[in-house]
Amino acid sequence: MNPAMNSALNSGLNSTAGMAPVAIPYFFYGLAALAVVSGFLVITRRNVVHSALALIVTLLSVAGLYLMLYAPFVAGVQIIVYAGGIMVLFLFVIMLVNIERSFKERRFNSMWPVALSAAGALFTLFVFAFAKGRALFPDRMMSLPESSNTQQIATMLYGDGGRIGPYTFAFEIASLLLLVAILGAVIMTKKKI
Amino acid sequence: MPNMIAIWMPNFIMSYLGSTVTPGEAGSQFWALIYVLIIFAGVSVAVMSMNWLERKALAHFQIRLGPMRVGPHGLLQPIADALKLMLKEDIIPTEADQFVFWIAPLIGLLAAFTVYTVIPFGPSQAVSDMNIGILFMLGVSSLGVLGVVVAGWASNSHYPLIGALRSSAQMVSYEVAMGLAVVSAILMTSLNEKGTGTLSMIGIVRAQEQQGIWFIFKFFPLGLIAFIIFAIAMIAETNRAPFDMAEAESELTAGYHTEYSGLRWSLFMLAEYAAMIAVSSIAVTLWLGGWMRPFVRLLHGPSWDFIFSLFPGLTFLGLAAIAFVGVLRMPAHSFFKIQKIGLAAFGGLLGFIALMLLVIAIAGRSEDASIGSRLNESIGYIYWFLLKVAVFMYLFIWYRATWPRYRFDQLMRVGWKVLLPISLAVLIVTAIVGVLVA
Repeated sequence: MNPAMNSALNSGLNSTAGMAPVAIPYFFYGLAALAVVSGFLVITRRNVVHSALALIVTLLSVAGLYLMLYAPFVAGVQIIVYAGGIMVLFLFVIMLVNIERSFKERRFNSMWPVALSAAGALFTLFVFAFAKGRALFPDRMMSLPESSNTQQIATMLYGDGGRIGPYTFAFEIASLLLLVAILGAVIMTKKKI
Repeated sequence: MPNMIAIWMPNFIMSYLGSTVTPGEAGSQFWALIYVLIIFAGVSVAVMSMNWLERKALAHFQIRLGPMRVGPHGLLQPIADALKLMLKEDIIPTEADQFVFWIAPLIGLLAAFTVYTVIPFGPSQAVSDMNIGILFMLGVSSLGVLGVVVAGWASNSHYPLIGALRSSAQMVSYEVAMGLAVVSAILMTSLNEKGTGTLSMIGIVRAQEQQGIWFIFKFFPLGLIAFIIFAIAMIAETNRAPFDMAEAESELTAGYHTEYSGLRWSLFMLAEYAAMIAVSSIAVTLWLGGWMRPFVRLLHGPSWDFIFSLFPGLTFLGLAAIAFVGVLRMPAHSFFKIQKIGLAAFGGLLGFIALMLLVIAIAGRSEDASIGSRLNESIGYIYWFLLKVAVFMYLFIWYRATWPRYRFDQLMRVGWKVLLPISLAVLIVTAIVGVLVA
């Protein structure tokens, strides 16, 4: 009997011990590399549709990273809102751009020095935050109950059993902000209210 | 070595039949892979038979015969079509964006097939039960529009671009009403002692089991209205008639896949039909009780369970009878000899399956946890789920034969000014009624 079969036999369906996630480091390195490479493609491609597609890959790999952090709800929302909603609207607009003409046009907004220094400053900030504020980061991976993740988010946002949750107020303020944005969009497109 | 496998294999399969959780939950990659393969094969076969059924049913709606030449009653037509498409020349236009043109059908196909991981064919008959099941399904199936949009753009041609624009506008608009209808069904899952709902596909069906009612009948007519909104929006989401603006053949040749040919074109068709099955199973899971048999509360008890467990076998028996009637009605000419034998063999196969199912139903009628009764239960779950999905698939064909295509502005008006306000109102009223009941 080969080892693969043996392990399959051992992790029979009725065992509950098989809950441990599989091949965590490999998935992390794969997803992180994918996110970085496609993020690089977003800013280097001259064809905007290719940039948009690369951005979708970045967003999806970040959703995969959320899944690895035991945040399935955030991952699902990332896919539904960014990859499924916003990027479709992006593509909708970009598709109407005349690609041939935009290739010929001279680039007047070449800002490599500014962008590089900004990215360098951000990177230094991250390094400092990681070096100085080591105590803020958990030294082990947290094992959160994945099966009640969504319910816990709901408790935090809306409260539980009559009590207001810790983030209820902030959440409502954020929704008010979105409402204002929607009203603004309607007013801007309507000629006569 | 072969000896060991001979002992070990049956034990392994038996241990699986006795399980009460999905392979994903048990962490068994082996069984998850088996499930994925079964689902992939099943969906492909379902798409092929749907293709045949659609052509036949549309033909009969229009008083034609439809495919009749390849095999008895054109039964082998899908196989001939698939062969033809595979052998056809695969053309990529010179002016097209090669890479994007190449990847577009794959995006659609991946999105359509990925959602099958969470579809619950039964309480343990799913690849995995995610905590965010319905969110995952809506999210991944919304990625399918990317394939359409990108295909239309990459073709670098007028009709495909217009088709892609229409399609993206339509899908983004109808997704909103669809999502609100789904939320009102999810609200109903929270009507238990704890007061917490669930997004998991299996959890949603379990909630309907506990409350003893399909959500379509819950808070009548609220559940029904939400269901109808979803049923309309899902036709728009899958680009089917009467909302098939993206591929309106009388206006846009073939819409976003005008420039595609051969295998690539067939991938688009496969994705479209797979997506149709997927959204139908969302509707079945959320409102029609998923794997539950009809009248669980009204007609309960062991004898009713037994009568309902005979249905799968009787269905196949009926199909076999239809095949044999077809054999008898075949013209008595030597041209039809092979077709006659083939149809009789097909009928025999269906009859054999029917016999096996009936034997399992009768042998597994006891309530104990033996393998026979487990198998009987599983067959029941899968049968009722697939039957409900099949009704939806037939409805898709029926709509296409019945209703004329909407104009684009009408489509947008229906989406934003009719479906969206109604679904918002249903959501609010459902929340109020739910609080009052609890």
